[in-house]
Amino acid sequence: MLLLDAGKNLLAGLGRAAIFQIQEMGRIAIFFFKGFFLIFSFPLQPFKIIEQTYFIGMKSIFVICLTSTFTGMVLGLQGYYTLVKFGSEGMLGSAVALSLIREMGPVLTAIMVIGRAGSAMAAEIGIMRISEQIDALETMDINPLQFLVSPRIAASLVSFPLLTALFDVIGIYGGYLTGSVLLGIGKGIYFSRVESSVQMEDITGGFIKSIVFAIVVVTICCFRGYFTHTRTEGFGAKGVSFSTTSAVVVSSVLVLVTDYILTSFLL
Amino acid sequence: MNSPLIQLKEIKKSFGDNHVLNGIDLSIYQGKVTTIIGKSGGGKSVLLKIIIGLIRPDSGSILFQGQPLLEMKKKKRSALKKKISYMFQGSALFDSMTVFENIALPLKETTSLPADRIRKRVNGKMEQLDLYMINNKYPSQLSGGMQKRVALARALVTDPEIVLFDEPTTGLDPIRKNAVHMMISDYQKKYGFTGVIVSHEIPDVFYLSQQIIMINEGKTLFQGTPEEIQQTSDPAIKEFIYGFEKETNGLVGIALPLQGEKRFEEKMAKLKHRQPAFSLVLLTLQNLDELNRKVSQNILRKIVLLIKNSLRTTDTCFRYKSNRIILILPNTNEYRARMTCFRLSNKINDREISETKQNPSLCFSLAAGVAEIKENSSLEQAITVAESRQNIICNFRAPNPEEEL
Repeated sequence: MLLLDAGKNLLAGLGRAAIFQIQEMGRIAIFFFKGFFLIFSFPLQPFKIIEQTYFIGMKSIFVICLTSTFTGMVLGLQGYYTLVKFGSEGMLGSAVALSLIREMGPVLTAIMVIGRAGSAMAAEIGIMRISEQIDALETMDINPLQFLVSPRIAASLVSFPLLTALFDVIGIYGGYLTGSVLLGIGKGIYFSRVESSVQMEDITGGFIKSIVFAIVVVTICCFRGYFTHTRTEGFGAKGVSFSTTSAVVVSSVLVLVTDYILTSFLL
Repeated sequence: MNSPLIQLKEIKKSFGDNHVLNGIDLSIYQGKVTTIIGKSGGGKSVLLKIIIGLIRPDSGSILFQGQPLLEMKKKKRSALKKKISYMFQGSALFDSMTVFENIALPLKETTSLPADRIRKRVNGKMEQLDLYMINNKYPSQLSGGMQKRVALARALVTDPEIVLFDEPTTGLDPIRKNAVHMMISDYQKKYGFTGVIVSHEIPDVFYLSQQIIMINEGKTLFQGTPEEIQQTSDPAIKEFIYGFEKETNGLVGIALPLQGEKRFEEKMAKLKHRQPAFSLVLLTLQNLDELNRKVSQNILRKIVLLIKNSLRTTDTCFRYKSNRIILILPNTNEYRARMTCFRLSNKINDREISETKQNPSLCFSLAAGVAEIKENSSLEQAITVAESRQNIICNFRAPNPEEEL
């Protein structure tokens, strides 16, 4: 009897958790769509979008350059020692370019932006929530979603593909550094392989991924910050800390999960 | 008076088990300043947030010029919101914006005024509020008082028809406080806005307001003019506005019946969550009614002091009716409650009540009854049980002169 009760309780708990997660996903989706459509509502926010693009995109350039250079170099190094075993080191350009454009570029760009800008979004909006600044916007008849979230969505949709493109290009040059400059593969062979192997679909697929990641990252980070006050784990500064942590962890995990789903459709 | 501009009917709001508003009814009239007073944590700020629509009430209705706010269409509600300004208790300034940007924000975002007119209006408002040379400063670089004035400037910059002030003078020095009061008063006369102020500044708000509303225990206790509230004979209102305890409750540190009832409810809620048992002790001073009022008050005060000294810090002692004192003893079963009564009677019997010396005819007794609280029993039921079990634990009478010799 006790075992039956324990089983029932476990099932009920699982059911509750599942319902909560589905409701939360619904809330997140509504949050995104509201924020997205408000980009096109009056009053338009061009200056805020430019400001956020500068923050999310421009200010991430350095970290993207740094990580893409080393990612490309590692790919070049690892690729060379693997390909040389089969006597096909000339294919290094293809290996580096395809890995970067299809997978690593969009994923690593998203992860880097989460760390640099996503956490900042969650923390900033969270602090605004707990210090009643979002309530103040509402009392002034300013839509907080339009004021805070829409410009960030627009800026992310612009910044993520551009940063991904930058990551891809610099990563390919990183692979060239190790493959050609250090390990002696001819420059012409390396770049001709890049040119011949990369198809337009690969680039489009990479951009689709980066756009989806932009939506995931900006929505999760803004959503966590916006609803900081509803968190039960902690209030005030602790609540903001929980929101920021959860925004970073959840969006990073979701980037990897959606990457797998998208890859399985795009391949 | 004319028909009310804003009317709240039977507004209820709870946050979990905390019932903040238990059926508020009030009316706010156009062109008048209404001040809401009441104890801290009594739900005054929640009430303001309900009026402006930041918090949705659990039940009840809010009428704006007779039209229910909660049923209004979005467009209409938005148009109404444009007429209202709100000044937050904690200022709620945007900390990443300068003072100028903060004040200009509502104009920039909700009007189509050109930049130079916005600048002119913001500068004018800042000048009126003695906010000089701080245009480019950030809120964190300002003192608390200055932040309040910036928040006030932001609330008034749109020339609203209704302004809700949530404790506008908290944290200000007396000079600034008077300046803010004067400014609200002057502005109200000049522009004729309807003001709703939540404030503790008594009696200052009586000179500033045309209407006073007092809320207590989540209900409207009083609504009337400042003159009426000052002449009221209601002891609860007098106690609040004059800042002293009622004569009948002029006992050192003894809680009021309402506080006691609240404590009982808290303990009962914990009992429902399988917390340890608690007991109620009913102490009745018999024959006290026959004594002179002043003498009986003194006796009661002394006995309460003796009782309070022998209680634990978690125990609650409150007055119930004229001659009854109730003790709520957490984590105490009936046996331990009886032991508490026994110790109490020993302690009281050891002491001398001086009034008995001065009044040879004085003769009264203290009876005690114990009830261990069961789930779902009310305070009245517990009192009835304790009353049926009452025994006299102390007798007081004037010492016999012969015994003294």
